[in-house]
Amino acid sequence: MAFYVPYIAVVALILIGLYAVVFKRNLIKIVIGITFIECGVNLFLITLGYREKSIAPIYTSSPGGIMSLPVPQALTLTSIVIGVAVLALMLSLVVHIYRHYKTLDARKIIGGDEE
Amino acid sequence: MSGMSKIVKTITSIAFPFVMIYGLYVILHGHLTPGGGFQGGAVVASACAMIVVAFGSIWTMKKIKENQLSILESIGAIGFIVFAFLGLIILFDNSGIFFKNVFANSVYLFGQSVEYASTTANINTAGTLPLMNIAVGLKVIAGLFVIVLVMAYASNKIKERGD
Amino acid sequence: MTMRNAAGVIFFAIVAVFFIFSILSLHPFGDFGEEGDKYYLEPKMDDYIIDNAQNETGANNAVTSVVFDYRGFDTLGEATVLFTAVAGVILIFRRLGK
Repeated sequence: MAFYVPYIAVVALILIGLYAVVFKRNLIKIVIGITFIECGVNLFLITLGYREKSIAPIYTSSPGGIMSLPVPQALTLTSIVIGVAVLALMLSLVVHIYRHYKTLDARKIIGGDEE
Repeated sequence: MSGMSKIVKTITSIAFPFVMIYGLYVILHGHLTPGGGFQGGAVVASACAMIVVAFGSIWTMKKIKENQLSILESIGAIGFIVFAFLGLIILFDNSGIFFKNVFANSVYLFGQSVEYASTTANINTAGTLPLMNIAVGLKVIAGLFVIVLVMAYASNKIKERGD
Repeated sequence: MTMRNAAGVIFFAIVAVFFIFSILSLHPFGDFGEEGDKYYLEPKMDDYIIDNAQNETGANNAVTSVVFDYRGFDTLGEATVLFTAVAGVILIFRRLGK
């Protein structure tokens, strides 16, 4: 079971983020939840690419030995930058929504139930 | 009003060049050491964000406009695409490939070849990769800095107007 | 209100059970298995990149050679996304900051 600890961390991160997205009404908290899901996905990609007792795939002053997989690391690198860009765009939209509706409650914004 | 106390400003002035040089080092050595355009660009952009936090966004906006940063980011993007198109322009064996690494293992810029599993760092290698690292680094610096600067400036203006 | 919360709880429980059962079918952390194992993996593409990246691109850092050479199109799309996001942020905040 100890081998599955990183996967459990991934599932915990994604479920915490999903909880915030599904049950919270504050838009800022929903944005935080989306960021949590993104962190979970990045951790999942990195976890899949790790081989036991492997070193980083860089040859400069490398101690030798087997190397971990480079492609998931490259995809995670791309994913992190896209995450920052999307986070900035989401927060700007939240600021715009707050100035227009004077509230951050998602259900009041879409005109749903008020109880 | 603009910016934080004198202590923060002094510490920022001292720390800024070191953070900047470290970020540029990470960008330039992206093909040899851990790092590259994205990571080094993020480090340099965080140094610029430190300036925004310490000196205030209005002071920073007087020094550099967001239009200039947009032009810088466009230069980075165009440079990246131009280095990608070099594979189509410079033909080897009458065939061009998009994103081909034309300078690698040639005698030109960054053109020395590396043996398998050699652990010495030689900066004059890797063909177009260092050039693309610099282009993407420029793009990430300008992009992240303009996001931070524009957000801080607009929220400052909104607070001043009081709505 | 309660209807919505109940639907949310059911959705959440389904996703949680799906995740917990799916991680049990993955290979253990860091262990790619021997030939004949249920979760046996052989990362041929990554081994090819690790062995040949230095000869083909001349870069000591295999991750950089993947990002900018073998998978350059990914980076091109990522640059487009970053450009679009910056354009959107400036578009939204320029009118607010006037």
